[in-house]
Amino acid sequence: MGLPDSSQDLSTEMEVDAFRRIFPLRFFERHLSESLRPDARPLGKARDTIVNPGLVSTADGSALAKIGSTTMLAAIRMEVMTPSTDSPDEGCIALEFHMPPICSPTVRPGRPADAAPVISKRLSDTILSSGMVDLKELCLVSGKAAWMGYLDIYCLNADGALFDAALLSAVAAFSNLEIPVVALNDNGRIVAISGGKDEDNASIIEKKAVNKEKRKLTLKNIPFSLTCILHKNYILADPTTEEESIMDTLVTVVLDASDQMVSLYKSGGTVLAYSSAVKSCVELARKRAKELKQILGEMDID
Amino acid sequence: MEIDRVDGRTPNQLRPLACSRNILHRPHGSASWSQGDTKVLAAVYGPKAGTKKNENAEKACFEVIWKPKTGQIGKVEKECEMILKRTIQSICVLTVNPNTTTSVIIQVVHDDGSLLPCAINAACAALVDAGIPMKHLAVAICCCLADNGYVVLDPNKLEEKKMSAFAYLVFPNTTLSVLPEGSSVAEGEPVEHGIITSVTHGVMSVDDYFLCVENGHAATASLSAFFRKNFQQSQRDSSKAG
Repeated sequence: MGLPDSSQDLSTEMEVDAFRRIFPLRFFERHLSESLRPDARPLGKARDTIVNPGLVSTADGSALAKIGSTTMLAAIRMEVMTPSTDSPDEGCIALEFHMPPICSPTVRPGRPADAAPVISKRLSDTILSSGMVDLKELCLVSGKAAWMGYLDIYCLNADGALFDAALLSAVAAFSNLEIPVVALNDNGRIVAISGGKDEDNASIIEKKAVNKEKRKLTLKNIPFSLTCILHKNYILADPTTEEESIMDTLVTVVLDASDQMVSLYKSGGTVLAYSSAVKSCVELARKRAKELKQILGEMDID
Repeated sequence: MEIDRVDGRTPNQLRPLACSRNILHRPHGSASWSQGDTKVLAAVYGPKAGTKKNENAEKACFEVIWKPKTGQIGKVEKECEMILKRTIQSICVLTVNPNTTTSVIIQVVHDDGSLLPCAINAACAALVDAGIPMKHLAVAICCCLADNGYVVLDPNKLEEKKMSAFAYLVFPNTTLSVLPEGSSVAEGEPVEHGIITSVTHGVMSVDDYFLCVENGHAATASLSAFFRKNFQQSQRDSSKAG
């Protein structure tokens, strides 16, 4: 680590940026002792969050979510497929999380990032186990046709808390999703209708609730997540990449709208999580869930 | 109301454990760990010179390769590799051999539920066999939540599918020390109650999660005792031979 005395002498002479690069942990701990972080956020506060729905016009549902600088673009494309024989009344969702080289200097083309398949699996586990999307709503004709949703999430800028931003963009994309109108033509195949004209030839077989309009999914138990860093006695909510690289103990809590815990993910790390720390993380996650719920609510109204 | 488990175990009872070390000749350390029918083979090669590209050269680096029983390597295996790697990094002393890479290879022999905890236990036993310096062991347990709110430990595959939620929990091993209790306490709780790793599946309430953690603590005591007995046994055997 270097002699503590020499670094103290250097710190009075060194520029702030140099100190930040050479003694990163000391730089952060100086701030933590004042209960602040270098970007002047209090310890339990997340960064500014923006959600923009409907950006990708060629997709059936899309959303862009930004938490601080971390940017995620989610897009859903619906296709008709034959459901499997064990669940003839259910559709399917295929989720893929991509980290293209644009998102971070550590990601190179041709070699997928280590974090990408892990986040991809965690996201699909979280979304499916939370029960946010009722797969039975995706059924068209029982046993013959059902919707398959291809959800692709692209990380455009990786600045920490990737899972949180990706989950938020996925949820926003689902609430923005409009299922295209289809009809059953004479051959018994599902055909997409683009304008809603030509109803004399096609017999529209859809749920009785919706006739000619595009359909929205009902989302219940929407999951909201918050990633925290545990460092000595401090708990930092919503870390940036710099903080994640210096302090390696991350805890992600996912809560749904009815305050049930969908997931508590802690993967190693130098700090052990005692129940007091876990309880504090859950509390911070609760507050964050309220904020995110409000942001999603405002997005829908627009 | 007690839960009836298919194999007649009580909710807190673990399946029969078996661990054998030094079973392979080429790796520097190896171990096979089985909990009931779930069996995992772990091999450790290392430390080897040099670290991977983006890793910190001032610390030892770990690499985990997870081989499933059948099929190609997909996202499930990558996630297990990442969880195991980070867990091992947190229990090993990284500053003793800087700028080295230690490889841990996990081969799934049979999966009958509670696979990731079994692999973590096998990896710890293999690391001990290889002589990699560690702060403490990582003791892993699977706790699942039945519909009526009961916590069931160490489920097999059928039970895991039926349960509404389950959690893989990894704790440090319980310590056996001459010093009095008060010296190994942090934040008012004993050190072995800290969670190293926690991965949950399914929706549960926050209180149920803490109930799982408590039950997990009780199980780690028996698992740690098993580890200790197993290592002392083989030490006695090898000292008799040598």
